[in-house]
Amino acid sequence: MRCKKCTATAVSENPVLCKKHFLEHVEEVVHHTLVSRRLVRKAEKIGVALSGGKDSITLLYLLNKFHRNVEAIAIDEGIHGYREKTLEDAKKFCRKHRIRMSIHSFRDEFGFSLDQRLTKKDRPCSVCGILRRNVLNKYARAFDKLATGHNMDDEAQAILMNLLRFNWEALPRGGPKPGIIRDEAFVPRIKPLYFLTEKQVALYALLMGFGVGFAECPNARLSYRAFVRDLLNEYESQHPGTKEKLVQFYLVLQSKLKTKVSSAPLSHCLRCGMPSKGDYCAACQTARVVVN
Amino acid sequence: MKVFIERTKEEKDLRFSGTVSSLLKKLKINPVAVIVTRKDEVLTQDQHISDNDRVKILSVISGG
Repeated sequence: MRCKKCTATAVSENPVLCKKHFLEHVEEVVHHTLVSRRLVRKAEKIGVALSGGKDSITLLYLLNKFHRNVEAIAIDEGIHGYREKTLEDAKKFCRKHRIRMSIHSFRDEFGFSLDQRLTKKDRPCSVCGILRRNVLNKYARAFDKLATGHNMDDEAQAILMNLLRFNWEALPRGGPKPGIIRDEAFVPRIKPLYFLTEKQVALYALLMGFGVGFAECPNARLSYRAFVRDLLNEYESQHPGTKEKLVQFYLVLQSKLKTKVSSAPLSHCLRCGMPSKGDYCAACQTARVVVN
Repeated sequence: MKVFIERTKEEKDLRFSGTVSSLLKKLKINPVAVIVTRKDEVLTQDQHISDNDRVKILSVISGG
């Protein structure tokens, strides 16, 4: 297979491009997303949620290239045999590229690691997600925006999961610049990798020699998301373009949904002050530091 | 042919000659979810691989 822009051997089928043109393509997509969706303004200081995996490392590299004013925020949930390695990759990357990085652990924030907190009844990704978002929100307050490494696959999965679970309230909250809820305790989030597939991001990280592993979190394998991911990948292999069409359909729908869903003012958690629907936020309830 | 499947850390010894696409089909691996390399060279689905090759199948699924 030959690159559609030159005669070199292709390294990518979607789109069909050689190494040089594929790397250029990925950077153009991210740059276009940043500019056309107005994700960042010139003077803004951007916090980047960094796990040390291929998505967040690629995101940090590209934001540092295009915007410069970035810092990394890493969370150590305490997932034995997994997070140690990705945090080591993250530290190495930040040292090499001279990017400031801070690490915040569940142990320091809540008094336990994720491994210690999980019981057999828990859905690990739900517990982890609630706590991780809380810690990220807390430390993102030092920044104008928080960038996350969500890609097109993540978004397509979220859209389908919300549909299948009748979670209609979550539907307006997606997109490359989510944030229907305005609250001073929430730092706006941006997703510059939104229009790239997981495979494109992985190939970019591999070809750039970032030296990151592609390991999967051991807790993620049995999650509902993993089931939806495999389902979508099956569709994608039979009907190429499925994920992109799903995301495009959603984006068209989203503008209409945003006006339909009322953004009622939230109260604030009595313990940590984060926005909350009840007296205590989901993280404080999940951390069991509040007696209901 | 030696095939290393990174996700499961398995190394398989196969008698195989054909395209990357047919190798993945034989192994029941979805091409959408992997990148195939030979000596650090990224291979596309149509590329031919033979018995003397050593290939790696990298999972692009991370998550977490």
